[in-house]
Amino acid sequence: MVESLDQIFVSLKHALLGFVPGNWQALASAILSLLPIFVIFPTLFAITTLLERKGLGRIQNRYGPNRVGPFGLLQPAADGLKALTKEDVVPHAADKIVHFLAPVVLVIPVFLSFAVLPVGRNLVAVDMDAGLLFFFAVGAATELSVFMAGWSSRNKYALLGAMRAIAQMVSYEIPLILSSVGVVMIVGTLSPVKIVEAQGTYHGLLPDWFVFTPWGLAGFIIFMIAAAAESNRSPFDLPEGESEIIAGYFIEYSGFKFALFFLAEYLGMFAISGLGITLFLGGWHAPLQSLEVIPSWFWFFAKLVAIILVFIWIRGTVPRLRMDQLMNLAWKFMIPMVLINVVGAAVWHFMQPGLARWLVSIALVVGPYLWLGKSLFQSKHLAKRTYRFAE
Amino acid sequence: MTIAFAIVAILTIAASVAAMSLRNLIHCALAMAVAFGGIALLYLQLEAQFVGFAQILVYIGAVAILIVFAVLLTRGGEAPEKSVFSASWIWGALVTAAVFATLAWTIKNSFASQREPPANVEATVKQIGDSLMTKFVLPLEVVGLLLTAALIGAVIIAMRDESPKTKMEDGRSKMEKPSAPGGHP
Amino acid sequence: MLGEGIIKGMAETARNFLGSYVSDERLTTVQYPEERIPQIENARQFPFLVFDGDDWHAGMRCVACQICEKECPPKCIYIEKSKDKKPDYVGKPQIYPAKFDIDLSVCMSCQICVEVCPFEAIKMDTEYELSTTDRFGGLMVDKQQLAKSNDYYRKIHPTEAAEVDARLAAEKAKAEAKAKVDAEAKAKAAAAPKPVPPAPAVVAA
Repeated sequence: MVESLDQIFVSLKHALLGFVPGNWQALASAILSLLPIFVIFPTLFAITTLLERKGLGRIQNRYGPNRVGPFGLLQPAADGLKALTKEDVVPHAADKIVHFLAPVVLVIPVFLSFAVLPVGRNLVAVDMDAGLLFFFAVGAATELSVFMAGWSSRNKYALLGAMRAIAQMVSYEIPLILSSVGVVMIVGTLSPVKIVEAQGTYHGLLPDWFVFTPWGLAGFIIFMIAAAAESNRSPFDLPEGESEIIAGYFIEYSGFKFALFFLAEYLGMFAISGLGITLFLGGWHAPLQSLEVIPSWFWFFAKLVAIILVFIWIRGTVPRLRMDQLMNLAWKFMIPMVLINVVGAAVWHFMQPGLARWLVSIALVVGPYLWLGKSLFQSKHLAKRTYRFAE
Repeated sequence: MTIAFAIVAILTIAASVAAMSLRNLIHCALAMAVAFGGIALLYLQLEAQFVGFAQILVYIGAVAILIVFAVLLTRGGEAPEKSVFSASWIWGALVTAAVFATLAWTIKNSFASQREPPANVEATVKQIGDSLMTKFVLPLEVVGLLLTAALIGAVIIAMRDESPKTKMEDGRSKMEKPSAPGGHP
Repeated sequence: MLGEGIIKGMAETARNFLGSYVSDERLTTVQYPEERIPQIENARQFPFLVFDGDDWHAGMRCVACQICEKECPPKCIYIEKSKDKKPDYVGKPQIYPAKFDIDLSVCMSCQICVEVCPFEAIKMDTEYELSTTDRFGGLMVDKQQLAKSNDYYRKIHPTEAAEVDARLAAEKAKAEAKAKVDAEAKAKAAAAPKPVPPAPAVVAA
C-alpha cells in the first residue's frame, strides 16, 4: 500500500501506455514523462507568487492581497489574466526579432533543466549519466537571453541592467558549480539519481544527507547564496531592482512577454532549489526512517516549499546589494570559501570516521569563514576622493 | 545518414552562413551561438555526453557572451554602409572550393574514416576523469596554467593604475585623517 | 562576524511575520471601506451651518452678516441676503441668508469662516466621503445641504459644542434677564398712577 502510493505516478504512466499501440510507445512515454513538468511547476509558480506577496506583506506589517477570492487565493488567476490581456508594446527602434525571441530563449532552457531532477523514487524524466553537467549547461544558456533582452530594447537602462545581470550571473556560476564538485567527488558520479541514492542511509539520529556534514553545510549555504544570485533574486536583484533601474533588462516588455520573464525567473529558482535538494538535502528521502511511509514525491516538494519560504524570508529581510558589493562577495569571499570547501570534502572522505574528522572539518569551514569575513570588512579604504580630470 | 543528423547539420550550416553574412553584428554573434548549439547537438548524437554539455556550458554560456561583450564595447553593431559581399567574390569562392576539396579528399582517404566505428561507445565521465588524471595530466596542468595566466593578465589590464599623483593624494589624506579623540595638539 | 546582522535581521522579520497573526501592533493595516479609523475630536473637513431645534429653516443661526464670505481666502462662500426677517434664538428679528452656497472643491478647510463668525452659525464638519461623479456642479452645496442640527454638532465636537451651548445659553439668559428688567420697568411705568397734568394756572389778564 505504501509502495503503491509512492509509485502511483509510475503505475499511472504504465497504465496509460497500455492504451498506446506498439510503435508509438517511445513517443508516448516521452510525452507522458514530460507533461507533468509543464503542469506542476507553473502551478507551483502561481502558488509561489501568492505566497510571496502574502508572506512579504505579513513581514512588512500589512496584509497581502486579500480581495480576489477568499484570503486572496485567486490572485494568481487575476494576475495571469492581466498579463495576458495587456497590450504588447514593442518600442519602435527595437530589434524586433531579437526582442521577440529573448523570452522564448529564456524559458526553454529553464524547462529543459527540470528534466534531470529526481522528484521521487523512479520519478526522473530523463535519467542521464552526466545529468548534473546538463543542468549547469542549460543554466548557462539563459545568460544569452538576458543579453538579448537588454540589447534589443535599444534602451540605456535596459542595456545597463543586462550588463550587470550577465556579470552577476557569470560571477556566481563559479561558486555554484564548485560547491557541487564536493558532492560529486564524494559520490563519484554526475548523475542526480545516484547522488540521491547515496544519501539514503540512516545512521543514528540524523539521516546521511550531505547537509549534516560540516563541508556539506558550508557547501549548501554557498550553493543557496549562488542560487539566489543566479536567479536574480533578492538581495541580488540589482539588475531588476524595482526602485533603482526600474526594471532593468525587461523594462521594455509588457503583457505576456513580461509574464514569461517572470515565469522563467521563478522556474529557474525552483530548478536550482531542486538541484540543491538533490545534492545536499537528500532528494526525496524522508528525514527519519520511520517517516518513509509518506511518499517520496511529497518529501521533495515539502523541501522545495521550505526552501522557497526561506527565499521569501530573506527577500523580506536583507536590503539589496550594490553592484560592487555583489562582485566583491563573489570573487573575494565565495570563491576562496568554495575552493577550501572542496579540500574539506576530500579531507572528510579520506579520514577515519570519528571525532577528529569532525574537528578538522569544522576548523576547515569556520577558520576561512572568519578570516575571509574579516578581510571583507577591512577592504573599505575610505580615503579622500580624488578626481581624475576635474582639477 | 539519419533524419536527425541531417536536420542538425542543416541547422549548423545555416547558422554559420548567417553568422558571416548578416548585416547587424549582434545578429551575427547570436547566429554563431546557434551554430555552437548545433555542434553540441552533433556531439550528443555521437553519444559524447560530457563533451556536448561542456560545449554548451563553455561556448554558449561563456564564449558567446564574451563575443557579444566585445562587439558591444568596441563598435556597437551599427549596420555597415556598403554590402557585406565584396565585388571580387568569385576569387574567394574559387579559393574556398579548393580548400574544401583538399580537406574533403584528405578526410575521405584517411585512416580514421575507413575503419569500423567501435562496437560499444563508452565515454562515461568516470573514464574521461581517469584518463585526464593519468594519461593526459600534463595537458590538463598546462591548460590550467594558461588559464591562470590569462586571468592574471585580465586583472592587470583592468586594475586601476597607481600614478604618482594619486599616491601622493593618498599619503596626504592619511595625514589628514583625524587622530584618536582628544589628541589634537 | 560576517553574517551576524543578517541572522539578527531574519529573527526580527520572523517575529514580525508570526506576530502579525496574533497582535495588532504587528499588523497595523486598517482595511478602509470595511473599517475606519475614528477621527480625533478636532478633525475638520468642510463647513456646515448649525440650526437649533427641529426646523432647519427657522432655527438656523446664520444672519447673513457676510463676514465669512469676506474673510474666506479662496472666496468659496456665496451669500445672498433675504428681504424679510425672522426671529433668532433670543427672539430678535434678524435677516437670514436666502442663498448660502459653498463650493467644496475650492474650500481649503482653513476654518477662518468659523473663527470669524460672531453668531456661532458656521462650524467644521468631519464628513470626508463626499466624492461625486459630477465634476461640474457636484461639489457645490447649498443652504439645505449645509444645514445640520445642533445635536449633530454636539455629537461630532462634544467639547466645542458644550462650550458654544454654554455661551449661547448665557447670552440668552442675559438677554432674558434684560428683557425681564425692561418689561418690569415698563410694567411699573404703566401701572404707576398716571401723572395728572397740572391744572392750567389761572391766567388773569
